[in-house]
Amino acid sequence: MIKPVSVAALPVAENFVIQKNRIENNAGPEAASKRVCVVTGTHGDELEGQYVCARLAKILSDGKQKLSGIVDIYPAVNPLGIDSVTRGFPMFDLDMNRIFPGSSSGSLAEVAAHDIIRDIDGADMCIDIHSSNIFLREVPQVRVSEQNEGALLPFAMMLNVDLVWIHASATVLESTLAHTLNMRGVKTLVVEMGVGMRITESYCSQLLDGILNILRELGIWSGAGGQTRTPLVSKDRNVGFLNSDAGGIFIPRAAHGSHVNTGDSVGIVIDPFTGAIVEETLAPCSGLLFTLREYPVVFGGSLLARIMEDVKNG
Amino acid sequence: MVKDIIYSIKSPYRQSMDIVGYTFGAGERSCCVVGALRGNEIQQMAICAQLVDTLKRLEENGCVIPGKSIMIIPCANTYSMNIGKRFWTMDNTDINRMFPGYDQGETTQRIADGLFKSIRDYVYGIQMASFYREGEFLPHIKVMDTDYGKLETYESLSDFGLPYGLLRTPHPYDTTTLNYNWQVWGCRAYSLFSTYTDHIGKQSMQTAVNAALRFLIAKGILKWTLHRGMHTRILNEESIRTVKAARAGMLKKHVSVGDEVAEGDLLCEIIHPLEGNTIGRIMSPVDGTVFFAYNKQLVMEHTDVFNIVPFSNV
Ligand SMILES: [Zn+2]
Repeated sequence: MIKPVSVAALPVAENFVIQKNRIENNAGPEAASKRVCVVTGTHGDELEGQYVCARLAKILSDGKQKLSGIVDIYPAVNPLGIDSVTRGFPMFDLDMNRIFPGSSSGSLAEVAAHDIIRDIDGADMCIDIHSSNIFLREVPQVRVSEQNEGALLPFAMMLNVDLVWIHASATVLESTLAHTLNMRGVKTLVVEMGVGMRITESYCSQLLDGILNILRELGIWSGAGGQTRTPLVSKDRNVGFLNSDAGGIFIPRAAHGSHVNTGDSVGIVIDPFTGAIVEETLAPCSGLLFTLREYPVVFGGSLLARIMEDVKNG
Repeated sequence: MVKDIIYSIKSPYRQSMDIVGYTFGAGERSCCVVGALRGNEIQQMAICAQLVDTLKRLEENGCVIPGKSIMIIPCANTYSMNIGKRFWTMDNTDINRMFPGYDQGETTQRIADGLFKSIRDYVYGIQMASFYREGEFLPHIKVMDTDYGKLETYESLSDFGLPYGLLRTPHPYDTTTLNYNWQVWGCRAYSLFSTYTDHIGKQSMQTAVNAALRFLIAKGILKWTLHRGMHTRILNEESIRTVKAARAGMLKKHVSVGDEVAEGDLLCEIIHPLEGNTIGRIMSPVDGTVFFAYNKQLVMEHTDVFNIVPFSNV
């Protein structure tokens, strides 16, 4: 059932509405004892989660008798952003994922953030699906902050992703949706995958299997879905960053998601006037090429690729 | 005056973006003034430009105290300014949310890093700042209330001779601003808010220029005679009363920034955007001075329309 989560008046003949689809079956043995939330669209240009949410809603609704509990699906936390191809919250300067837990007395964006937290509060698990931006393509991965590693890593391993990246905590990240929920006891996994403004169907299917797997592990879904892969974990591994020093046009020379060896060409930056190679980017280590630049125009400083280094033997 | 390029980045088709710093005097790095970090901070750039022009003459007349130096950086984002965009040209990121920066990161992280490395060692830092909310302010000086802030920093707020000095308790999203990171590094940092952002106000510009010069004189960096300015009322940002729009529509304001109002005075009406009738009236909750006024014609629900500084601190 589609339900409103946050409603506020816009200036001219329209309400701002965040909605969710609640799919529940209280008839099962564990009668509505558990609730899982799937959230996406905080950044309006990240669309991979759209297809995951759509397919999840269809599978769960069609197989409701195999569900025992509640799954709340929030496909558009930032509905104005999605409808206007805008990453941020239109008319608001701050990144929406930097204002949680929001405030009931704040601006519209802050009130919306507050309403979302209030609505998710008390759930057993939340999965927050992000795409990369339009510049970079990412393999399906879960990002976990060091301080939540203990609570989240076991679940991250079940999500059928390629990679779990455990990163350092930073004060600025304390105002994300995921951090706020984790602090309130809702185990929240942040997924990053694909590229902005596009849907990568294979990644969506892969994550969908992972979400169904978690629902099965939590005992609220007895239908299809399951894990087919075990992710690399960033712990004790280095991440190699490859940035451009020149400006120009980037042409990749290695396949995204492939394994590269030290010294392999990952890509070239060329001068569009002459065709001259102004920079060749070589892999600084051997490992998984998990991030690769998608948008060809680069400035000095543009991120071109990231490599998750292999674990050294011995 | 010495003109230096303190940081430069390359793009494929535009001339390189050079961030220029103007230094007056020599010796101790006494005070650094930073203007526009965003492409619409035109008033902030104009204030710095006038400071450069004034300091040029003062330096020629021997007014810079021997052994002291002042650096002015009028604009650190000429690329965005030249295309009329507030945030970074390519990825829409905000340089003022990237500090202390990262020299192996994305372009705006590199700009923040390059800029910060050349300005972090100054004893005093003044940022000509604009706020994330759109509107007009009374001129004021603000300091972030952090563990790193020193009592002297607070007491010096009145050295600017502006009518208000504010202490701000930082939010997580403040921790990546220039002002916050200046403080972490040990610099005594202030943010000076002039009335406008993308509009040059002649009077408010002069007020800001004088405030900066007055501070340089008070700190023994500049020897010159300038009237003492206004008495500074120092208050906590939280003691300012916010007045929100409970209805959405067209805004008809009855008061302006600087006006004194009594409790119950009509501040504005909200007009139905299609039918023209008044659908809401907002009264002042307190006796005080209008400190901030939203300056757009249309308001959404929850918009902060006015800020009022109460006459009494009770
Ligand atoms: Zn995102």
